[in-house]
Amino acid sequence: MSTLEIRDLHVSITTDEVDKEILRGVDLTIRSGETHAIMGPNGSGKSTLAYSIAGHPKYTVTSGSVTLDGEDVLAMSVDERARAGLFLAMQYPIEVPGITVSNFLRTAKTAVDGEAPKLRTWVKEVKEAMGNLRMDPAFAERGVNEGFSGGEKKRHEILQLELLKPRFAILDETDSGLDVDALRIVSEGVNRAQETTGMGVLLITHYTRILRYIRPQFVHVFVDGAIAEQGGPELADQLEDEGYDRFVTAGV
Amino acid sequence: MSLLADKTSRPAAPHADSAAAFAPEQSRAERTRSYAVADFPLPTGREEEWRFTPVDRLRALFRDEPTGRCLDWQESLPAGVTITGMSVADWQASGAAAPADRAAVVAAAHSGGVGVLDIPAEACPTEPVKVTLVGDSGDLVHGHLLIRAGHHAKATVVLGHRGRAAYSEVLTVVAGDGADLTVVTLQEWDDTSIHLGQHDVVVGRDASVKHIAVTLGGAVVRLNTNASYAGPGGTFEGYGVYFADAGQHLEHRLFVDHEAPHCRSNVEYKGALQGDGAHTVWVGDVLIRAAAEGTQTYELNRNLLLTDGARADSVPNLEIETGEIAGAGHASATGRFDDEQLFYLQARGIPEAEARRLVVRGFFASVVSRIGVPEVIGHLMAAIDEELGAV
Ligand SMILES: Nc1ncnc2c1ncn2[C@@H]1O[C@H](COP(=O)(O)OP(=O)(O)O)[C@@H](O)[C@H]1O
Ligand SMILES: [Mg+2]
Repeated sequence: MSTLEIRDLHVSITTDEVDKEILRGVDLTIRSGETHAIMGPNGSGKSTLAYSIAGHPKYTVTSGSVTLDGEDVLAMSVDERARAGLFLAMQYPIEVPGITVSNFLRTAKTAVDGEAPKLRTWVKEVKEAMGNLRMDPAFAERGVNEGFSGGEKKRHEILQLELLKPRFAILDETDSGLDVDALRIVSEGVNRAQETTGMGVLLITHYTRILRYIRPQFVHVFVDGAIAEQGGPELADQLEDEGYDRFVTAGV
Repeated sequence: MSLLADKTSRPAAPHADSAAAFAPEQSRAERTRSYAVADFPLPTGREEEWRFTPVDRLRALFRDEPTGRCLDWQESLPAGVTITGMSVADWQASGAAAPADRAAVVAAAHSGGVGVLDIPAEACPTEPVKVTLVGDSGDLVHGHLLIRAGHHAKATVVLGHRGRAAYSEVLTVVAGDGADLTVVTLQEWDDTSIHLGQHDVVVGRDASVKHIAVTLGGAVVRLNTNASYAGPGGTFEGYGVYFADAGQHLEHRLFVDHEAPHCRSNVEYKGALQGDGAHTVWVGDVLIRAAAEGTQTYELNRNLLLTDGARADSVPNLEIETGEIAGAGHASATGRFDDEQLFYLQARGIPEAEARRLVVRGFFASVVSRIGVPEVIGHLMAAIDEELGAV
C-alpha cells in the first residue's frame, strides 16, 4: 500500500520574466488502488498539477509538498520520480525522432526496473500489450510518437503505462481527441494496468464520458488552481448535467 | 536563365530557414577550374566560396611551394585492389576534374605524384579497402589520391585521417559504368589539425557512388565535394555527419553538377554543435543543366545546437535550367536541443545523460541508417557517445 500526498501545493510559471501563480494551494491524497478524477475547465491548472508532480522544469513549486510514502518527491529529478513509481501520461506526448519505440520501451523498462528485462518474455509482453491496445506491430520500429496521430500517441502512452507498471499514474486528458472506440480501448488498458498492479490513478479530464469506462471513487472539481469541491462519482453526474458554470462564477 | 529554387522545392520542414534558399548571383557553372596556381588569387575571405572560412588560419596552405612531407599510410587492400603512382603531368593530361580553389590547385601542383587506388572491373571485394593517413608532426602536407573503380565493380573504400597535420588534399573518385562504389572519409584528427580537401566524384553511366564524410576532429576542416556524371542513369549520394566542439570549424560544401539526363542525387548532412565558438558550415549547390532532363535531386541539412555559443551556417542552392525534371527539392534547418524531448524520456525513468545521448543519436539516425557500412556506423556511434560524454 502506497500513498501519494500533495499538501498545500503552490506553483508558478515564469513567462517574459513575470511570475504567474497557477496552483494556489492544492491538497490531495491518493492511495494504491484508488481512482481520483480531477475535472475542471480549460486553463484551471490541471496540466500544471500533472507536470509539477512529474517535475517539468518550466513549473516552479513555490510552497507546499509532494511525498510518496513519505519521500520528498520535489527533491527528486524527473527520472528519479519515474523510477520511484510515478507515471505521467501526457496530454500532448512529445515526438522524439530517430529513437524506435521498441528501443525506447526497452531503455525505459531497464531504467525503471534497474535491470534489463529478459529478452524473450519482454518481446512477448510488448507484443501482447500492443495487441490489446490494437496497435499495429509496425509501430515498434517507428520513431517515438513520430508522425503518430493524436489517438496513436495516447495509445502509446497507455502502452508505456502497462509495461512500466508504476505505483501511481497521472493521466492528463488521455481521453481528449479520442473517438469512442479508441476511448474504450485506452480505458480498458488503464483498468487492466490497475487490476494487475494495484496502482493509484489520478485521472484528469475535461469531460465526463471517460468516467463511464474508468470508474473513480473520488471526484475533485478543479477551478482556478485549486480544488473547489469534492465528492463521489455523483459529483461527476452533476457536472455532466450542469457544467462548470456554478464553480466558475463562484470563483470570481 | 535559372529558375528560383523555391518553385520546385518540396515543402521544407516547419522551421526550415527559408531565407537561406536562393539562387546564387553567379551560376556555379561559372566558377574557375584550372590546373594553374596563377588562376587562383590568394583568398581574402570575402569571396563567395571562402566567406565562412577562417582564411587567416590557412595562409600556409595557399602558399605555392612544395613541402616534401607526407603522411604515414596504413593500408589494407583486398585481393585484386592495387595502389600505384601517377605523375602530376599524366594526371593533368588525363582530363580529370581540375582544381576549383586556391588550396586545391596548390595541393595538386605539389603533391609530388598521385596515388592511384584501382579496383578492377567487375571486382566485388567483400572486405572494405582501408587506407588510413596519419600525421605526427603537424607538418604541412600536400596529397592527391585517385580512386578508380572499373566498370561494374562493387566496393567500399574507407579513408581515415588521424593525428596532427595541416593536410591539403585532392581526392578524385572515378566510378566506371555500372560500378557501385562507397567512399567513406573519416576526419578524426587531433584538435590542432587542419584539413582542406577537394573531392571530385565522377559517376559513370548507370553507376552509383555514395560519398560519406564523417568529420569529428580537427581545428579547421573544409571539404568541397563535387559530383558530376559521365553518362546517363547515374546516382550520387552524399551523406555526412559532423560534430563540432568548442573552437572547431567544420565546413562541408557540396556541388552536384547534373549535366547528363536521368541521373539522381541525394544529399543528407547532419551536424551537432556544442561549446563556445563551435562553427559548422554546410553549403549544398545543385545545378541542373539544360541537358539534364529527368533529373531527380534532393538535399537536406540539419543542425542541432546542443549549447549556446555555437553557430551553424547552412546554405542550400538549387539552380535549374530545364523544366523537364523528375523532382528537385531541398530542406535546411538548424534547431536547438529540445528540452521537451529530454523531459519526455526522463519522465520514463531514463537518466538525463542517457536521455541526452538517445536524443542526439536519434537526430543522426536517418543519415546513419543510409551509410550502410556496419563498421563505420558502430565506430561513429561510439564517437558520438564520446563527444557527448564531454558535455
Ligand atoms: N507554459 C506556459 N506558458 C504560459 N502560460 C501557461 C503555461 N502553462 C500553463 N499556462 C497557463 O496556466 C494556466 C493553467 O494552464 P493548464 O495547467 O494547462 O490548465 P488546464 O490543463 O487545466 O487546461 C492557464 O492560464 C495557462 O494559460
Ligand atoms: Mg491541460
